[in-house]
Amino acid sequence: MSVLRAFLLYVLLIICSVVVLFPIIYAFLISFMDGAEVLQGHIWPQKFTMANYIAAFQKVPLLQYLFNSFIVSLLVMLGQLIVSSLAAFAFVFLRFKGRDVLFFLCIATMLIPWEATMIPNFLTVQKLGWLNSYLGLTVPFFALAFGIFLLRQHFKTIPLELFEAAQVSGVGRFRFFWNIVLPLSRTSLITLGVYSFLTTWNMYLWPLLVTNNDQVRNVQIGLKQMQSQEISTEWGVVMAAVIVVILPTLLLLFAGQKHLQKGLMQGAIK
Amino acid sequence: MNTSLSMKSSPSVLIRRKRAIWAVLEGMAYLLPSLILFSIFLFYPMLRTLYLSFYATDHQGNPVQFVGIENFVYLLKDANFLQSAKATLLFVCYTVPASVILALCLALMANEKLKGIGLFRTFFSSTMGMSVAASSVIWMFMYNPSIGIINKVLSLFGISDVQWLLDPNIALISVAISTIWMNTGFTFLVLLGGLQNLDSSLYESARIAGVGYWYQLHKVTLPLLSPTLFFVTTVLLIHSFQTFGQIDMLTKGGPVDATNVIVYSIYRDAFINYNFGSASAQAVLLFFAVLVVTVLQFKFAERKVHYQ
Repeated sequence: MSVLRAFLLYVLLIICSVVVLFPIIYAFLISFMDGAEVLQGHIWPQKFTMANYIAAFQKVPLLQYLFNSFIVSLLVMLGQLIVSSLAAFAFVFLRFKGRDVLFFLCIATMLIPWEATMIPNFLTVQKLGWLNSYLGLTVPFFALAFGIFLLRQHFKTIPLELFEAAQVSGVGRFRFFWNIVLPLSRTSLITLGVYSFLTTWNMYLWPLLVTNNDQVRNVQIGLKQMQSQEISTEWGVVMAAVIVVILPTLLLLFAGQKHLQKGLMQGAIK
Repeated sequence: MNTSLSMKSSPSVLIRRKRAIWAVLEGMAYLLPSLILFSIFLFYPMLRTLYLSFYATDHQGNPVQFVGIENFVYLLKDANFLQSAKATLLFVCYTVPASVILALCLALMANEKLKGIGLFRTFFSSTMGMSVAASSVIWMFMYNPSIGIINKVLSLFGISDVQWLLDPNIALISVAISTIWMNTGFTFLVLLGGLQNLDSSLYESARIAGVGYWYQLHKVTLPLLSPTLFFVTTVLLIHSFQTFGQIDMLTKGGPVDATNVIVYSIYRDAFINYNFGSASAQAVLLFFAVLVVTVLQFKFAERKVHYQ
């Protein structure tokens, strides 16, 4: 590659990076300004103050929101990993009548947009008494067709001879699943885990419907709350909260990205 | 098998049948959690939505009176719904092509072998970690007519006082711009993955033949990438039909319903106006819209595979 071409490419890459990252950097800078400076429309803070971060934790129960989001995301992640891996195991290793029909049923779930089902789901959760509880926020999302497919794809790369040998030597099917299949599929399990955690942490519409108090509300609804209450006066505080909320997912994304890339490459080799 | 031959056939058939039943039971045990959850939170509510769409309902969502297709007939004549359908389609047209083209440019650049390219890949994928709520707060501030950065910059060029989120002619475009930004990370990652999986031997031959960059892009890269492009377009299409968070935070469907996209309209009808029948009818229409897109995707994807 010629030097000129490489140079031009770097210039383009840097310009694009600045444009893509600008909103995040902008929010980051605003979060260190005091109110007067924000209203003057500065971009760079004259002096960096942590007051907004302290205020964000004192004025709203941000810590409680973070805790709720963390618990809910963790529960959904575990639930999806367990439920999906069990189903994927049955679809790959067990042979029984009606399996293909059930598999078709799982495919069919991908055709249903979740928003089209939210009205009866809300009524169901209400009847179960799960409004304003972790149960209502997590259990409806435990089964995930995408998760079943992802894991099924990986399980299929495990040689069937291994399964047969285990059967012959008297290893139970569940033990085979637990001790051999799951450890061999670590990459896919981590990929699915990262995906689950990210999507649940960022969930907006469902928590808006099923929660109305601070005890269970997640960070996203917390942000909505802050934005509608403190508009125009305390943008610095709101931006501090934004930074706190996006930090965990950005870190998870950056940490999980290499893993994702590696998983992709392994898939290509097989 | 010898033993079963020497025996009378009925016990062995019995054993085989017993085994088959046992196998079904065991398989079901592994599938039961998924099946139960899908039934309660996906199949039942979808059928229930279909059912409710044929009824007038009370404020608790109980069906009161069968009205046939009246909910649908009413919707198709209702100016509010038609506006909502129009806003949704416009929103799809604004966001999907722009998201794909932008992310494709980024992915093509980030696929070059350069020192430190990993850093740029991380930058470009970063919006995938941003939640809709956090992104909306930031964009709301940037769109602020008096202190937001966008109007500050525009005022340098003599353009002043654009009401990004309050002008009915601009609001939908403003929400679309912020959505394109939010889509960038995911679309970029998928397309970069697609580019990295392309067969490098074809590039070797192209290099030996000495073809130019643009020719190679046009004749080799894009045709080979088309399945991935198609996949990501479908996902974005379905995704943009389901847009809600940024509407709720930035415009609340306003001004004068200019940004009242379908899911927001469903939400408002069901959970603010308690009109579950009409909301269900809209949900059914949403279901069919997504169904059509998905079926088309399968049809086209199949053809692509045959032609390769």
